[in-house]
Amino acid sequence: MKLHVEGLSVRFRLPGAVVQAVTDARFTLDQGRCLALVGESGCGKSVMAHALLGLLPANAAVTGHAWLDDLDLITAPEQVLARQVRGRRIGLIPQSPAAHLTPVRTARAQLAETLRELGRPDTPDALARRAGLRPADLDRYPHQLSGGMAQRVANALALAGDPPLLLADEPTTGLDRPLVDATMAELRRLCDEGRSVLLITHDLRAAEQVADDIAVMYASRIVELASARAFFDGPRHPYAQGLLDALPTRAFTPIPGQPPELTRLPDGCAFQPRCPRATALCEEQPVLNEVACHHA
Amino acid sequence: MLEATAITVSYGRHQVLDGVSLTVAPGETLGLAGPSGCGKSTLARVLALLQRPSGGTLTVDGQPISRWRHRARQRTSIGLIFQQPRLAVDPRFTLLDVIAEPLRAARRPLDRAHELAEEMGLTGELFTRRPHEVSDGQLQRACVARALALEPRYLVCDEMTTMLDASTQAHLVTRIEAYRERTGAGVLAVSHDAELLDRWAGGNVRTWRHRPDVVVNGSGGRPEGTSRDVSDRRIATRPNAEG
Repeated sequence: MKLHVEGLSVRFRLPGAVVQAVTDARFTLDQGRCLALVGESGCGKSVMAHALLGLLPANAAVTGHAWLDDLDLITAPEQVLARQVRGRRIGLIPQSPAAHLTPVRTARAQLAETLRELGRPDTPDALARRAGLRPADLDRYPHQLSGGMAQRVANALALAGDPPLLLADEPTTGLDRPLVDATMAELRRLCDEGRSVLLITHDLRAAEQVADDIAVMYASRIVELASARAFFDGPRHPYAQGLLDALPTRAFTPIPGQPPELTRLPDGCAFQPRCPRATALCEEQPVLNEVACHHA
Repeated sequence: MLEATAITVSYGRHQVLDGVSLTVAPGETLGLAGPSGCGKSTLARVLALLQRPSGGTLTVDGQPISRWRHRARQRTSIGLIFQQPRLAVDPRFTLLDVIAEPLRAARRPLDRAHELAEEMGLTGELFTRRPHEVSDGQLQRACVARALALEPRYLVCDEMTTMLDASTQAHLVTRIEAYRERTGAGVLAVSHDAELLDRWAGGNVRTWRHRPDVVVNGSGGRPEGTSRDVSDRRIATRPNAEG
């Protein structure tokens, strides 16, 4: 399994405006690796995940390619995505698992339905055991599950079709630290099993626990792509440096200013108005070559 | 002092807080850490006069509280900032309306709303936007401005930055600390993030460690002995864990 994203762009047409949600994204995710896509809310990272699954609304225009082995997810017809890709080749670990589950049905009913739809011979009990749940827990309704158990049910659902690639879209939102740690350890275990994980998060500390590689997204573009170790030892893009410095375990100082609107992105580097190193050179859009900055 | 003594709260037959006491002094930043479901948010709601406890007393600067929710007389002395800004604002309001709402209710001059917005780093073109037109970070900035509008003596921040990126988190905490230093207000910072609280409250953190389905090591990078541990109190487990 290999995911190769090549020049992926997503635009949303709104009355009187165009939202540039993702611009010219390029990265490769190899088998058994975890790539964390980090950035603040509204930078376009969730849109990227939805584009890969073909789940964007009708006013979205997607260009470029996302090769999952030899299948282009962007041009693949809905029927192919529905019957061969979602749940089978790509599993989605959702944001806020408790809200993702159907509230009026037990965990067992939801696992059984998923297995039936995917045509898998497994039983819900076997699937639950692999996800670290006791079969007795499956008779509970979502509101009777603790946060950790709901997370494991969501993981079990994502793994029901044995997909080689997992998309985890902000899987730690609202979880406390021990649960974040447990979720990250579980993602790491899935990688070590040979699956690939694309983790989308704003939580740098969660990313540090699990990722092999880090892609930093700012104002619709990937601005730095580095190995996790190199990134946390010394990020090169000024925005990435600012983000790390804002952590409470580091300087705890905010980046001045605010990110630009995705409807009104500047022609040059989008970080330029907030950047301590900005010069006239930054009027021109920097090209991503590990890092998209004229000064890095 | 914002002083809660022996607070007990039950939801139906499930007791969520059992005789919890907590004091926030003026000018102090106190961190309250603990896992999800341990009752932190319930205590925050009680301290913000949004919920009448079934037992115990609450006093604000020596005055005991007898009326809660809309009837609370000391309503304006305590500001509350919630975890999810989207659930905490009227979706029909513009950001400026959100910030001006307490000023309007208290019959204070409304032009203060502009200053508050600018202090929180909100720029002019955002003033007329509605919640669905802004990011979580921008909306939470407006919620912080709203909480500060009537210059409360105490601020309760319940998981204020959980949804936000590191830079916005650092920005909001910096603004709240500046407010505390300027006015001498007391701040209660509630979070499950021990590292954040340790930095924010300078080690002045109380930790709850009760939760049924997770083993908490409780270290979180914090040196032992810097927090006042209240794990000896009986904090009832969350209702759904009893199944």
